[in-house]
Amino acid sequence: MLAVPLLLAGCEGPLSILDPQGPAAAQIAVLWWAMLTGAGLLTVMVMALVWLGFRRDGPRQPSERFWIHGMGLAFTMTILAALVGGGLWVGERLQPRPGPQVHRVEAIASQWQWRFRQPGPDGGWIETTDRLHIPAATPVDVVITSQDVIHSFWVPRLAGKMDALPGRHNVLRIKADAPGLYHGTSAEFSGRGYAGMRFEVLAYPPDDPPTLTDEGDE
Amino acid sequence: MTQPRPNPPQNALRLHHELTRIWGRPKGWRGILVSVNHSEIGFRFMLTSFAFFSVAGVLSMLIRAQLATHDGAFLDTDLYNQIFTMHGSIMMFLFAIPMLEGLAMYLLPKMLGARDLAFPRLSALGWWCYLFGGSIILLALLGGVAPDGGWFMYTPLSSKAYSPGINADVWLLGITFVEISALAAAIEITVTILRMRAPGMRLTQMPLFAWYMLGTAAMMLVGFPPLILGSILLEIERAFGWPFFDVARGGDPLLWQHLFWLFGHPEVYIIFLPAAGAISTILPVMCRTTIMGYGAIVAAVLGLVFLSFGLWVHHMFTVGIPHMALAFFSAASALVAVPTAVQIFAWIGTMWKGRPQMRLPMLYLMGFFSTFVMGGLTGVMLAIVPFNWQVHDTAFVTAHLHYVLIGGFVFPMMAGIAYWMPLFTGRRAIRGMGEAAFWLVLIGFHGTFFIMHLTGLLGMPRRIDLYPDNPEWVLPNLVSSIFGFVMAAGFALFALGLILQTRYGPRTGRDPWGAGTLEWALPKPSTVYNIASLPIEGARDALSLARGEGALPGAPRHQRETLVVNMISGRPEHVAVLPGNAMLPITTAATIGVFVLLMLFGLYTLAPLGLIAIAAICWRWQGFTGTRQGHAQVTVAPGLQLPLSWHVPDGLARTGMVCTLIADGTLFACYLFAVGFLTVIAPNWPAPASTVAQGSALLAAGTVGLLALASGCARLAQGRGAGLAAGANIAAVLLLALLALRLDDPTAHARDALRGAGLGYVVLHAVVGAMLAWLCVVQRRDGRIAADRPGAAPVWRLWQDYSLASAAILAALVILQEAA
Repeated sequence: MLAVPLLLAGCEGPLSILDPQGPAAAQIAVLWWAMLTGAGLLTVMVMALVWLGFRRDGPRQPSERFWIHGMGLAFTMTILAALVGGGLWVGERLQPRPGPQVHRVEAIASQWQWRFRQPGPDGGWIETTDRLHIPAATPVDVVITSQDVIHSFWVPRLAGKMDALPGRHNVLRIKADAPGLYHGTSAEFSGRGYAGMRFEVLAYPPDDPPTLTDEGDE
Repeated sequence: MTQPRPNPPQNALRLHHELTRIWGRPKGWRGILVSVNHSEIGFRFMLTSFAFFSVAGVLSMLIRAQLATHDGAFLDTDLYNQIFTMHGSIMMFLFAIPMLEGLAMYLLPKMLGARDLAFPRLSALGWWCYLFGGSIILLALLGGVAPDGGWFMYTPLSSKAYSPGINADVWLLGITFVEISALAAAIEITVTILRMRAPGMRLTQMPLFAWYMLGTAAMMLVGFPPLILGSILLEIERAFGWPFFDVARGGDPLLWQHLFWLFGHPEVYIIFLPAAGAISTILPVMCRTTIMGYGAIVAAVLGLVFLSFGLWVHHMFTVGIPHMALAFFSAASALVAVPTAVQIFAWIGTMWKGRPQMRLPMLYLMGFFSTFVMGGLTGVMLAIVPFNWQVHDTAFVTAHLHYVLIGGFVFPMMAGIAYWMPLFTGRRAIRGMGEAAFWLVLIGFHGTFFIMHLTGLLGMPRRIDLYPDNPEWVLPNLVSSIFGFVMAAGFALFALGLILQTRYGPRTGRDPWGAGTLEWALPKPSTVYNIASLPIEGARDALSLARGEGALPGAPRHQRETLVVNMISGRPEHVAVLPGNAMLPITTAATIGVFVLLMLFGLYTLAPLGLIAIAAICWRWQGFTGTRQGHAQVTVAPGLQLPLSWHVPDGLARTGMVCTLIADGTLFACYLFAVGFLTVIAPNWPAPASTVAQGSALLAAGTVGLLALASGCARLAQGRGAGLAAGANIAAVLLLALLALRLDDPTAHARDALRGAGLGYVVLHAVVGAMLAWLCVVQRRDGRIAADRPGAAPVWRLWQDYSLASAAILAALVILQEAA
């Protein structure tokens, strides 16, 4: 009884996948709990079968056909087919599709900081360092690139990660359900300053955008 | 052909002395340097790999000490980066691969009924390369200049701009040096399994371990070339500025990732298959029965070999590849679980069929079941794309890969060592030590890595050294660290148990486990020649083999002989004469080592001298081969007369050359992949207009023409065209040198860098072609090539044909590029 709240409390954290605050992270968390349940059952089943192997007065001997065709092929493939199908279905729904109110920002990684650029109210570009401002409850496409080595843009409570590669512009769809501060981290080893390559995503109420000052030097 | 009958029995002791004299080695240091015996080399591989395992284990303890607290004031970041890079690199390249090579080298001839491996000097060369390459890497660690870019060495972090030091070069050159031993072992193992089985042992009758090793060796032949190509290209980029991976000049860091994981994922199965082979061998013995589903398991092995090359992209789910393309690799990654599941259920079925006994090897197999199943399931989770987007590069993956590698390799290897130790040493285990080590390792392992899944789900990335802002990661990390030390204590106890067993274990008889495979029929501890005569119909038991009643008894011709059989049917075809003790393996490895060091220290003007020295010393390897004597049949057994290997065109060397060319061809195919990938995918293409002029096309056509001439010459009987062909190869090299002068600056764009690399590839093949052709000239002159003895001609012809084909493809490629 005590274990349940303890367990749930143990799932919280500023970078926790298990504490989702956006639709992408939430769907992946559901996928995880489903897979965990299945994997737990399968582990128990296989270990039980191994244990039964030691019982001299075990049940009637199943045939080779049962083990190889039944368990090895049919059983395994059924589970895998369902799982891969489910995974693809979720993955397809997380793709950045064009929409009327998609907000678009640029994320530029370099050793070891993140710069974010988005159009300001007056049409000029506004650049912020290590803090990304996005409207809450709005789909946001982050266009991710790097100026030197490979980095990875990751805000675990909002969505999965996407690599920042020199010469490429990858797009990741994120969305925060509610206004708040969400932590992000780089998730691709990038040398000496890697551990400290953190950033923040501040989701503001869509009807109350903050006044941003440009921190860029261009 | 009539069925051969057993030989008349002889005095077993006299045979033993005769064979020991021929197959033995001098005592002392000299003997250690010259030995080529498969038992000794295999054992050395295993011992050395265990030493590297200990080093990497200590490194992992340092990592765990650093991560035990959130502000880890223990190591600075530079050192930490070196340590985790070296932990991964050593475990993969200097522990796991050499360990399985050593086990296979030690066991296969004994299991298959041969006296040694197909190319004994090559296995010794492999071990020396492994020792020297591994030593360079270890010395770099001691000197504080170890590689620090992660074991995966992603560019551009590992490129000159972001890793200006020698560290990355140590990785690229040192690991490639060690990979020579992997390729040597792959060729060795493939040829040995295919052609050196006991007479009459069909492919379909082999012990399952041999099937597993055949699959492993095939994967190594095809799996290592992408890494070797990638390493060579990256080293050229670092040393000479040719932009294969530099995106600004038409390269692409993703090319490195593709090449690396084209190797890196099959690598996991290269490591798993031999371990699974040990399970399939040991489990039925522990259950007093036979394996369930031999055919299904062979099919599963072949399926794994095939499928494992189709899922490398699942390491790259977050690089921005379109989702529908990822779907294919997701499905393939899940599908690879099917052959694994077939094996697991076949093993469980075997347990149900038999009467399992919890002896020490079985205990370790239980360790396998209780970890690998979970590792496999998290592996399937990681194959699911959206979930991978979240946990990729977090501690969750660290946990998963340790469940797979410790569960799928270390536990089965511990079972294998416990099982085969009586064979290695002639002694049984000290009671209780192995059991105690097992429980420490098992508890330590799950304590370390089970909670690490949660650490990853809480968002902790891999490879960070500090986490001052995340107090929620402290407790799980501390738990991992504490249990990590428990596991380390377990491995130390395991090692101590082995040492005590070697010294003080009770003596064992021939077959302590009641196993059925051939290696247990040999005397314990094993002899240098394995068996006094090879098993044939009517002479299969240990006593009659020792008395020389089997085929090819003793060493009546005072040379090392063993039987070569038909690949499929196992019908004996000829008698192979194997080389004896030699200094060449160590001197060759040392020469290669000198070249590696020249490259490492940036002495690029001297490096060509190193290459010339390597060519010169390789030339000396042929001194042993061939005979000046005419055709003579050898009586292998009454009713069975066979020629010596010097008199047949299809000898072991030819099969070895086929394997070599498969690896070479894979390297070439990866090169073509690189050209195609950069052309289609990389930004900053198309390349600037080429200034390669018309005259260059003539030079290229001339080169291909000359190689075609050499190829034609290689078809003439008895190496008659060898002199002309040698000249044609050299002329081709000269034309290529002229062509090199006319190429665009290879530092300007990846297209030109690739052309330069391709040209170098053709030069290398023409030089080796010239050497092989010249060898045939020499052999014709000294009588080693004649009507009844083909000498090096069949091997040379294969090489020449391959050189022509690859050069023609390259020429066509450049023409297409120019036309487009």
